Amino acid sequence: MIPSAVAEIAGFCMQVTRTRDPPKSGRITATKPYPVHLMKNGSSKHLEVVGKPFRKVDASAKVTGQTKFADDIVLPRMLYCKILRSHVPHALIRKIDTSKAVAMPGVVAVITGKSLPIPYGILPVSQDEHALCLDKVRMIGDPVAAVAAIDEDAAFEAMNAIEVEYDPLPVISSIQDALRSPGSAHMDDNPSRTGGPQLAGENKEAWRIHGYGDHGNVHKMVALEFGDVEEGFKQADLIREDVFFYEGNTHLPMEQHAAVAQVDGDGKLCLWSSTQTPHYVHRALAKVLEMPASRIRVIATPNGGGFGGKSDPFPHEMIVSKLALLTGRPVKVTLTREEVFYCHRGRHPVLMWVKTGAKKDGAITAMHFRSFLDGGAYGSYGVASTYYTGALQTVTYKIPNYKFEGVRVFTNKPPCGPKRGHGTPQPRYALEVHLDKIAEQLRLDPVAIRKNHLVEPYSLTSNYLRVGSMGLAACIDKVVTASDFKNKFRNLPYGKGIGLACASYLSGAGLPIYWNHMPHSGVQLRLDRQGGVCVMCGSIDIGQGSDSVLAYIIAEVLGIDPFDIRVLTADTDLTPVDLGSYSSRVTLMTGNAALEAAERARDLLIRAVSEKMNIPATRLSLSGGRLFDVENPETSISFAEAVQIAEARFGTIGTVGSYTPPPSAGKYKGAGVGPSPAYSYDAAVAEVEVDPRTGIVRVERIWIAHDIGRAINPALTLGQVEGSVYMGLGEALMEEMSYRTNRNVVHKFPSLLEYKSPTTLEMCDVKTFLIEDPDPNGPFGAKEVGQGPLLPVPPAIANAVYDAVQVRIDEVPITPDKVLSAIQKRDEKQEDEGESANGGGTGITRGVEEPHRYGPKSVPEVDWPEPVRVKPPWDGGTGKEILREAVHARE
Amino acid sequence: MMRLPKFEYHAPRKIADAVKLMAEAGREGQFVAGGTDLYPNMKRRQQTPKVVIGLHRIAALKKITGSASTTGVSVGAGVTLTELIENRTIQKYYPVIAQAARLISTPILQNMGTLGGNLLLDTRCNYYDQNYEWRKGVHFCLKKDGDTCWVAPGSKICWAVQSADEVPVLIALGVRVKLVSPGRERVIPIAQLYSRFDGIHYLTKQHDELLTEILLPPANGWRASYAKLRRRGAFDFPVLGVAACVWFEDDHATVRDAKLILGAIAPHPLEATEAQKLLIGRPLDENAIRAAAAAAHAVAKPLDNTDFLMYWRKQMVRPYVEQALNELRNPK
Repeated sequence: MIPSAVAEIAGFCMQVTRTRDPPKSGRITATKPYPVHLMKNGSSKHLEVVGKPFRKVDASAKVTGQTKFADDIVLPRMLYCKILRSHVPHALIRKIDTSKAVAMPGVVAVITGKSLPIPYGILPVSQDEHALCLDKVRMIGDPVAAVAAIDEDAAFEAMNAIEVEYDPLPVISSIQDALRSPGSAHMDDNPSRTGGPQLAGENKEAWRIHGYGDHGNVHKMVALEFGDVEEGFKQADLIREDVFFYEGNTHLPMEQHAAVAQVDGDGKLCLWSSTQTPHYVHRALAKVLEMPASRIRVIATPNGGGFGGKSDPFPHEMIVSKLALLTGRPVKVTLTREEVFYCHRGRHPVLMWVKTGAKKDGAITAMHFRSFLDGGAYGSYGVASTYYTGALQTVTYKIPNYKFEGVRVFTNKPPCGPKRGHGTPQPRYALEVHLDKIAEQLRLDPVAIRKNHLVEPYSLTSNYLRVGSMGLAACIDKVVTASDFKNKFRNLPYGKGIGLACASYLSGAGLPIYWNHMPHSGVQLRLDRQGGVCVMCGSIDIGQGSDSVLAYIIAEVLGIDPFDIRVLTADTDLTPVDLGSYSSRVTLMTGNAALEAAERARDLLIRAVSEKMNIPATRLSLSGGRLFDVENPETSISFAEAVQIAEARFGTIGTVGSYTPPPSAGKYKGAGVGPSPAYSYDAAVAEVEVDPRTGIVRVERIWIAHDIGRAINPALTLGQVEGSVYMGLGEALMEEMSYRTNRNVVHKFPSLLEYKSPTTLEMCDVKTFLIEDPDPNGPFGAKEVGQGPLLPVPPAIANAVYDAVQVRIDEVPITPDKVLSAIQKRDEKQEDEGESANGGGTGITRGVEEPHRYGPKSVPEVDWPEPVRVKPPWDGGTGKEILREAVHARE
Repeated sequence: MMRLPKFEYHAPRKIADAVKLMAEAGREGQFVAGGTDLYPNMKRRQQTPKVVIGLHRIAALKKITGSASTTGVSVGAGVTLTELIENRTIQKYYPVIAQAARLISTPILQNMGTLGGNLLLDTRCNYYDQNYEWRKGVHFCLKKDGDTCWVAPGSKICWAVQSADEVPVLIALGVRVKLVSPGRERVIPIAQLYSRFDGIHYLTKQHDELLTEILLPPANGWRASYAKLRRRGAFDFPVLGVAACVWFEDDHATVRDAKLILGAIAPHPLEATEAQKLLIGRPLDENAIRAAAAAAHAVAKPLDNTDFLMYWRKQMVRPYVEQALNELRNPK
């Protein structure tokens, strides 16, 4: 692996496409002057760090095994915690008897839900979790009691000695069951639809997993309409409907979640945890423990992989904190791999229906998209996830009229939440395969149908997302040319195929998770008189390189070596708030905050030195660890001397920077999900080989172009792109969070061995191209790269499979049994009809008959709420919803 | 992390001492060689022996001796899979054994796992290879702590799957194995090592017997191959293994005898006897291979307790038998 990785990076310079032109002005004026690397004194600076493939600042520690992960922490007198979890999927807790466990040798404390009765949850609207279940369990794996003991064995034995009596409740295991369960509006209002589970009379509430939500087991329903889709369909030459299913899958970080809690001599609590969101954990702890936040410190340890799976506050974090407070001793918990599967918060299984109207040239006149999300047992980020399944359809191709309806249900399974791409890979897969089908039906080239109808850069979409720089056309050109797509498409021998798909993703959510007007990221910078620079920020490096990005940006502005900077992050006592490593927000938001702090520090240095040396500030520049006169470069002082001069002039040199995203253009209810300071774009071409005798799909190569705005570090960027392709490959071909619904809804195989995810042997070749079209909102023009490149992978593979064997797999993962089943059905049909006129060829007559497919046939009937209606910007819309006619007069 | 239960550990240096220790320990005892199967199972409480007798210090179990052309070769049960893969005699005269060993798990586990351990591998099942808490969620299963086989709830027997790659290969080759217990030694054809009863009583080996040697036949007059189906090219247990061995007449074309053994599709290795008959007495050509594959397909009855859908696994018997047999066709 290593030689090829080196080769990829070595070849990087030739592959990168750099667009240095400033952005064309569009309908929407940029909110920040460009380019940001123009120095405030007017001079421009040649970039010395940004854009260079420096190693990560934490690389040496990582590769030599010196990084201290949460599980590496060992403290004197430390206790070990084990958590007893429910082995039943849905039940009332009748009784918990901990007496035997308490009496066992080595056991120091045993707690149940009574010790931690306050609910919490990542979203203010879904405070539906308890650290330990109070009176009810909602899934196998729900925590019910916890033990602290002198070692792990004693804790494990005691955990098994806790006796719990359950009264079973009816089990909900699918979207369909949840929609039809007694108590849901669809049952009450429509007694004819009695296909749901049978109910023994009176106790409707028994079926409800939660006592809140829209109704029954429906957690959330949303409906939005931008423009008029019915009118749009009338203008269409072709209207097409498709149904897709995207199975759930999980993050599979190598590091299992772990946490250590300790109470200081003065009664303050400190929690070290493998979390992506120390700030939100801090808030949740204060709430659940009923302690002032000022007496709680959360330190996020380096994450051995996150991918969204460590973005919620988790029961084990509350539990060890409580146990540390109760026992006065440090307490550690390290989850087993099974427990990580139960924490989940991964990709929602989503059933989707999409109806699109298109003109003959492929221009979309209207789109109506419906999604049905299996949320699992808790809310988590689910309300946001639901909106996300309908939000980003509009930022790639022009959709003048757009309607979205989404519903998330509760089921007795581990909760779903945000996984790399949060709520968008599922609709993106549906949209890109759907578009491929439309192109074929209209006899259009799949490249042209996409490229000819792209959203304009610097424009507003129908749902009021503000698109900035938009390099998708360049992305498409790159991968189409490099893969020789036009010659290969529909021309490869049977069993070989090629497919194209595009995508887009946020560079950070435009709105915080809890409503406030404060910055999303803060950076504090301290300059030492001996030349040291310390940067403090609440952001947490989950392997993506955010610590390094801080160092690179500050080094760039101050003209010093990034490896001379002390990076101190993710400690709520020491570092200013950053909201966390999620929604691909860190490079843009933390980067902008760091840029502001660094520019302020630079200005102090320059002002002080300018006064002292009597050189105009406009002539001073910082570079190579020195501050010098640009007109007289031999006149220079070292960086440390510059700091000394500034410290003598101003006192201790410390600056701060912060970043708040620009306000969203949408003002309607639901407009909070989707807006971002910038959108990244991707195009990918997959080339596959399908064995028609087995249905086994092998992805040979993926060409992917990512519009990053600007790569702060091209080597790390490549790593993120390749990592995303790898994860997308797993989702496309094999990963499944599947449950045995007829066996107590047990997870089918919660293990690294049997939850099938690709190994290096399954990884395809990846050719990566970076498109650099700097976005005015990003630091140095940078946009995200951590999540977007995953999105085009599943649909590109699905489209390539169709090109190879002419069957559509409208369900992810694309497993061999599905491919083979579709091929066999097609072949049986052809045999029935006798040899076709084209001499027994394997192809179907394109554009006339629907190709054979594997996938869901329909979606459930749902009584959707009246949509929030919004006029698109080009129709005089203001971003606010159209007021409905007043039914009741205001009092 | 998951923890091993407490147990007493012995590391004898002689076979005689090992079997004596086992006789003393009785039902509470368990031999361990590489530990790649036993220790994870113990962590999940699938097996909880009180006495574990380590075999890695017994030099006599680590030898590869004999002649491939005359007497045949004897392989000690404690030879690691890596040693087997790297052994020149095995590579040259019994390449199919090295090939199958290479397909077992990962190189790291091959360094620890032994040939004997692979042959005695516990049967596997998605309802059994789970930790204690998971199994509690389904009220346990017939093979361990429960009374229902969740794969086939009406069944009185266990359907856990024979999942070792070397088993079908060595059966096809007709090797013999030596079993030693205090005061007794016996050599049996390896096929007789596997009970046909169920996934719990999958071995005919007595509890106090130690598998010490694998006796390979002389390496002439036959060709053998192994085709393995699994999700990923690394790491995974087989969900179907096809071992084929063919003896040719002096004309080098007509098949004199054939063995076709299916692994990982039932609680025991499955001999496709009808398919074998279809190969004998005729050249190994496309028609013969297709007919044999169809016959083998008919006897395979996988259930839903491994990776992949059982219907698909059954369908894969045909192409995988064809693949194994095609490799044996005379390249000239």
